[in-house]
Amino acid sequence: MFESADLLMNALVAGLLLGGFYAAVTAGISISFGILDIVNIAHPAFIIVGSYIAYIVNAHFGLDPILVGILGLPAFYALGALVYQVYYVSFERRGQEALRGLAFFFGLLFITEVVLILVFGVDYRYVSAPYIDMPPISIGFVQLPMRMVVPCVMSLVMLAVLQLFLTRTFLGRAIMAVAQDQLALRLMAADPIKIKRVAFGISIATCAMAGAFLIIIQPVEPSIGRDYIGRVFAICVLGGLGSLPGTLIGAMLLGVVESLTATFYGPSWAPAVAFGLLLLTLAVRPAGLLGR
Amino acid sequence: MRSSVFLAIAVAVAGLTFAGARVAGNDYVFFAGYTVLQFVVLATAWNILGGYCGYVNFGTAAFFALGAYTSVFFHKTYPLPIPVLFAVAAVVSGVVGLGTGYLTLRLRGAFFSIATLALAVVLQTFVVNWSYVGGSRGAYVIRPGDVDVFGFHLEYIQYLFLLMALLAAASVAIARAIERSKLGYGFATIRDDELAAEASGVPTLKLKLVATTLSGALMGMAGAPFPYYIGYVEPASTFGLPYAVNAIAMPLIGGTTTWIGPLVGSILLGTLQQIVTVTISSEVNLLLVGVLLVAFVIVAPKGLVGLVQPLFHKTGRTWTRPSSKSRDSASASAASSPSTKST
Repeated sequence: MFESADLLMNALVAGLLLGGFYAAVTAGISISFGILDIVNIAHPAFIIVGSYIAYIVNAHFGLDPILVGILGLPAFYALGALVYQVYYVSFERRGQEALRGLAFFFGLLFITEVVLILVFGVDYRYVSAPYIDMPPISIGFVQLPMRMVVPCVMSLVMLAVLQLFLTRTFLGRAIMAVAQDQLALRLMAADPIKIKRVAFGISIATCAMAGAFLIIIQPVEPSIGRDYIGRVFAICVLGGLGSLPGTLIGAMLLGVVESLTATFYGPSWAPAVAFGLLLLTLAVRPAGLLGR
Repeated sequence: MRSSVFLAIAVAVAGLTFAGARVAGNDYVFFAGYTVLQFVVLATAWNILGGYCGYVNFGTAAFFALGAYTSVFFHKTYPLPIPVLFAVAAVVSGVVGLGTGYLTLRLRGAFFSIATLALAVVLQTFVVNWSYVGGSRGAYVIRPGDVDVFGFHLEYIQYLFLLMALLAAASVAIARAIERSKLGYGFATIRDDELAAEASGVPTLKLKLVATTLSGALMGMAGAPFPYYIGYVEPASTFGLPYAVNAIAMPLIGGTTTWIGPLVGSILLGTLQQIVTVTISSEVNLLLVGVLLVAFVIVAPKGLVGLVQPLFHKTGRTWTRPSSKSRDSASASAASSPSTKST
């Protein structure tokens, strides 16, 4: 074990960097599933769309993928607001979110994947940016690839902004209030539907950023979104529903466990880690999942 | 109609379908028909949990692949006849269904759905890493030659078609029998208002576990002959999303409250897909399924059966349930109240 100490350290650091990125991927789900109680399993599909937009703009205009992600925020916000409006009118208002609402998001996930395959094929796509090809920075025997560091730092920034927004601004507090008591909100003359629409828009907007981070970290093809469904829900549940700091902790934990598994058992086992962790959490601490 | 009489009729229909396909005398009819019949089984099985109890299973592919890989395993160790493989696959998939259900069904429905998605990925990872059943490279299963059934000499694909037709008949008969039994009423109480059902002494967890096990077992049975049908089994496609989407789309398009819905949905959508795959492309075919699924859940929440039913105005046996609005809003508020949280 001692001779593999540097291997272990590298795996740990890689896991933490990966975890930072996972936090960005999960932030949107934390808002939609954790706060709004909307089981948006199509979330990873929107992230892949974000990746492909970053890819197109990067390939044609050479724009930095993260900049593309930031520029894409309004469009993704609008898309999210639209999806919520359809969801609300068709399912939430009729009280059918349990069965048909889930099927709706599943259908969206599937349609997005198939359309991306039809348009772009199943080839892996990637972006180019100066920091992607940069040689890793070495601190002692620990390697820090910039390809991982940049998305990790940027996603921490994004999470911090979101957390400040949710706790410090009026609108953010209104979103937290929707999670607690819709009726009370209505009595305060605030429209819960409008607030939920804003919140869901924000949750989808994070996909523009997360998609850009994803395509910086690894080449993207349409169906890899599915690997992230398990990850995002595992993190969301692990960290405590609806809490962004919890999301960050859960994401770091999953990143480290996945990275250790990949290093010591082989990368082909990594996809099962998130789901295994999710099943384990659901089985062992079911009470801890439903809030405190 | 008694369930035994219905089963006899269903088997007779299956026999007639087989005879019809024999008359057509074209091998393609058997290949295409097999796929449609397989979807009849999958859709009916999904509906036992999804339609009757209201719990969404995204892991159809997992149970299906479990059945298929059970066959691959036995093909390599000790080849068994397909009717025996049906039984073994039913046990394996049923047990996995029971286990998943036991771990997650005590929680809100959404967690069960997410866990079933998880199940597919976990099982796929296991199969990819298990080289005995082919690993990620896949496994070749040579289809045996002709067989003799009750004195009839059948080509193997015809034999598979016949078995799948009988399985489809059996699963539809099971679904219909459940609908009319105490079990079915128990399931309906879970779907309509789980909290109230639990309060009135319905053993909801036990019933949900029965539904999950039964549904999983049928899906596994649908997968058991698959390696012999396709000849080459490989994890990515066997665990593929299309099975899960189809198994959800077919009952939702047909209608989820009765056995007729999944049957109609799977026959229509299954046949349509065969046509589109042949005439256009398989990607367009998948897109079509996704679009139809989304369109139907938004526009026609009761499916085709719900669209057609008002035309007949049948009363008595065909029992229409009250709108699900009351129960869903109740369970939604029940679900959201424990998850209230503060940061």
